[in-house]
Amino acid sequence: MTEYGDRYLVGNQREQVSRFRARVMLAVPLAAILFQVYVPRFLEFLGYLELPLLVTIYFALMRRSQIGGLFIGAFIGLAQDSLSIKQPLGMFGIVKTLVGYFAASVGLRIDVEHSVIRFLLTFFFYFFHQFLYWVLARGLLGRQIPFEIQLTLVLGLLNAVVGVTLFHFLDKLREPA
Amino acid sequence: METLLNRYRNITVLLLVIFAQLVLIAVQVRNDQDVRMVRVWSITAITPLARVLEAIRGGASGFFQNYILMHDARADNRRLQGELDRLKMENQFLKTEISTADRAKALVAFQQHTQSRTMAARVIAAGAGANSKVVFLDRGSGSGVEKGMAVVTPDGIVGKVIAAYPTASEVMLVTDPEFAAGVVSQKNHVVGTLKGQGQSACKVDYVPSEEKVEVGENFYTSGDDRIFPKGFPVGVVRVVRPGSPYQEVLVEPTGLQHGVEAVLIVLEGVHQAIPEVPPANAPVYLGTPPPPAPGEQPIQPTGLVGTDADRLLQKYRQIGAAENHKFGEGGPGAKPPDFNIKVPPPAAGEPATSQSPAAEPASGRAGERANSPSAAAEKKAAPVAGDVHRTPKPANPVAPSPARPLAGSVPPGQSPPQ
Repeated sequence: MTEYGDRYLVGNQREQVSRFRARVMLAVPLAAILFQVYVPRFLEFLGYLELPLLVTIYFALMRRSQIGGLFIGAFIGLAQDSLSIKQPLGMFGIVKTLVGYFAASVGLRIDVEHSVIRFLLTFFFYFFHQFLYWVLARGLLGRQIPFEIQLTLVLGLLNAVVGVTLFHFLDKLREPA
Repeated sequence: METLLNRYRNITVLLLVIFAQLVLIAVQVRNDQDVRMVRVWSITAITPLARVLEAIRGGASGFFQNYILMHDARADNRRLQGELDRLKMENQFLKTEISTADRAKALVAFQQHTQSRTMAARVIAAGAGANSKVVFLDRGSGSGVEKGMAVVTPDGIVGKVIAAYPTASEVMLVTDPEFAAGVVSQKNHVVGTLKGQGQSACKVDYVPSEEKVEVGENFYTSGDDRIFPKGFPVGVVRVVRPGSPYQEVLVEPTGLQHGVEAVLIVLEGVHQAIPEVPPANAPVYLGTPPPPAPGEQPIQPTGLVGTDADRLLQKYRQIGAAENHKFGEGGPGAKPPDFNIKVPPPAAGEPATSQSPAAEPASGRAGERANSPSAAAEKKAAPVAGDVHRTPKPANPVAPSPARPLAGSVPPGQSPPQ
């Protein structure tokens, strides 16, 4: 993506860029991370929800800024890494950085207000997130972990459903234009 | 630069952030060997690059080095080849010099040995014709050379002077078809005329078919032609074919065998005898034995006997010594020695018999003259023990002749008397 293309797209969709308060930008990701590390201790099935990823996707899509998206992803990912035992710092950071970057790139080009688009994008980025993590874990850490495609696809659908709902809720937190 | 960064700002930031997190991971994580991943990644990332760079550097260095070495090798090859050629030529030159020196030495020796007055000369040119058998010498009439003089080498005759110029002379070689010289064979003294044929071999004409000429026999100049003095070697017979009335004899001239470079011009020829053919069983001269070193005992003949006659002779000598009888003394009717007495056998290592003082010198030099003709003639003339069989007294079979002691007739190493 070139700077000229970015400016053109930004110029055309400047009015569609969502803005959030700073405390929202901090509180929502932290809440998502806390939910990720705390809730599954009591409700194990909720451990399959990737709320930090969903929050990253949402802010990247709605902010429509590639740099903003990659920093959001890096921040959330590193925070998630720091709260994960036996997880080196940077694994989720790299993955969510790329997800935030590409999500922002997509948000610059298509209308992400539609629920179906959000569903598809969430499903796709969840799969991309899981696959990229598996690749990095094998490539960087040498961990021989399996990649279960069917489970990933099912969990992707689940997270996409939850994500569409979450995105609808988070839309309420946007600043009015 | 700034435009470039602005243009790729987003992707640059992305790469920086990812790289920073990669470094973060690398710093934290250790592998199975407890080595930090940053080290593993660094080495893994660096070593292939270093290997590639080293391969490129080594290849380039090797290429240039090999090229330079090859270049040097070619230069060395050319230099060594040139040096080899030079050494070959030098070697050939030295060989020629040695050969020339040997020939010159032989020529000088021959010149001093021969009775004819000769003058050394060198061949300076050959005849211009394709089949020319003519050479030019560096001595001419100014040096006393005259037409018709013989030209020889120690190996044999070469030719004759057909023209004498002030500073050079022209020599017709023996192989020239017009050349002729009187020759005689060494063994049977068969006389003929040597003629050139234009080839390497010469022909000896006018040899009657009844004369015997053998292959390998030498021919010498006969002196009949008034050019070559008698007794100079001519050549070796290679082919003898019977014919009528003359047989065909081909001779290989020995004077031209090794080429013609230095020759002798016979200024005043003196006839010399043709050497006799050495007999097949020529006597071999044996030198006197070396004198014994101080403190060393001279080698005494052991007196070992081999045949029955030797043992009988030894026994008779011991009997004579035991009875103080000297063989050869006493006239007819004198008492002969008792040949039936028992004589103890000689001790081991002692001489089997004592030789008379008169026999010592003869026995000491007998070995060196064992095969000489004079020794054979002396042996014929001197009476030996075998002569006793012609004496009138059969009871004294070993009575030797008074002219020569018995012991002296049996030198050590020679056949005993029969």
